[in-house]
Amino acid sequence: MKYAYFPGCSAESTARDMHESTLVVSERLGIDLQEPRGWTCCGATAGHQTDPLLAASLPAATLVKVKDMGLDLVANCAACYNRLKMANHLVLTSPDMRRKVADAIGRDYDGSVKIRHFMEVLLDDVGLDTIQNTLQRTLKGLKVACYYGCLLVRPHEAMQFDDPENPTSLDRLVRTLGAETLDWPHKVECCGGGLSMTRTDVVIRLTESILSMAKLAGADCIAVSCPMCQINLDMRQLDIQKQLGKRYDMPIVYVTQLIGLCLGISADKLGFNKLMVPASTVIEAVGDAA
Amino acid sequence: MAIIVTQEKATDGILREVQATSGVDLSVCYQCKKCTSGCPVAAMVKAPPSEIIRRLQLNAGDEILDSELLWTCLSCETCSARCPMGIDLAAVMDALRRLALDRKASKQQGNVPLFNRVFLETVRLFGRTYDMLMIAAYKVGTLKLLNDTEKFPAMLKKRKIALFPTLEADRKTVRRIFKKAKQNRGT
Repeated sequence: MKYAYFPGCSAESTARDMHESTLVVSERLGIDLQEPRGWTCCGATAGHQTDPLLAASLPAATLVKVKDMGLDLVANCAACYNRLKMANHLVLTSPDMRRKVADAIGRDYDGSVKIRHFMEVLLDDVGLDTIQNTLQRTLKGLKVACYYGCLLVRPHEAMQFDDPENPTSLDRLVRTLGAETLDWPHKVECCGGGLSMTRTDVVIRLTESILSMAKLAGADCIAVSCPMCQINLDMRQLDIQKQLGKRYDMPIVYVTQLIGLCLGISADKLGFNKLMVPASTVIEAVGDAA
Repeated sequence: MAIIVTQEKATDGILREVQATSGVDLSVCYQCKKCTSGCPVAAMVKAPPSEIIRRLQLNAGDEILDSELLWTCLSCETCSARCPMGIDLAAVMDALRRLALDRKASKQQGNVPLFNRVFLETVRLFGRTYDMLMIAAYKVGTLKLLNDTEKFPAMLKKRKIALFPTLEADRKTVRRIFKKAKQNRGT
């Protein structure tokens, strides 16, 4: 199983833990990930809020490189996944946009590179049976609230990822690890995303609502697959404690970190030490597989 | 809730421009307010999503570009996902923001335009984001130098912030894209 892999800018800063855990888990599961040479930023929210041509061309600059590699492109960051897929959608649905993008990046791009989320590779290509047979440990007894956020599931026409209102991909992966996944209503609510620095007040309100719902549902931790969801839910707990006097101590972990633990990989190698809220309850829950 | 339109304040309507920029037909909205019900920030702004649409239908002018929602909107796309008429309101919000930036007419509530500018500037310079410079430029721009600084030591220790920008990105193509986008906007 060989893929082109788009780490995304946050893999080099706030989400090194996501990136590192993705790499070690891939190695164990026989997934070969190749970074396209010279890959560039997808433009994220700032790109599409500013200019439609930037929004389509920035991801297309990398996509045209991947096309030369002849591989599917895997992204783990939900925001990159979203913007890469939107760029395909834009050039495929608008000949005018395709022409403008070609002029901007200096090459025609036809929107043909297949973009996959890392979870889709795990579910559809590796398969839950293979993952289960490879597990050395189990998370039996751990209660996990699976949180998808916005960018994986919306807009559905372009993402085609799972059910947009009640996705279950992450739940199925986490259950394969032996953990219990919870029914809770905030799976696809927004965490505040890119407004973390600009409207911290909004982000504190939204993350607090997600954290309190997860706690009410009885969660030991929240599993995520998006660096922005992770940092908002994790780091803003410090502000929630300071400003609202509420303490959640809710670990916010990447699904790749949970899978890695069950593959017998050490917590250090999976970047657990980079989490702001310590995930010792999660690490201590790891037991021997039956 | 009643929507009050002040006649003397209203300039020429911008509905046609918004529809052309976003490719969205707003005439099919029948004000069911599902967008507003699902919007995570509707309760925090004066005019929620459904009201923005209604005002545009009622021939709102440039004054609508001052709406708080433009820069409180999270681009979470819940409104677009749930509209029974398939209106892509998230695309309308992008179009409104673009008009607000192009015309420099609006007050541009908050610091989101500044953040977007410094974010994209680091991308233009390095081909990928460079948080150190972005955060520094943003803090200087807002004069909120001390916000979140208590988290910095921990983030540096955990290597959650890169000290140096990457030199591996294809900067040439990225600069070309920014140049072409600027030409395309005609500014």
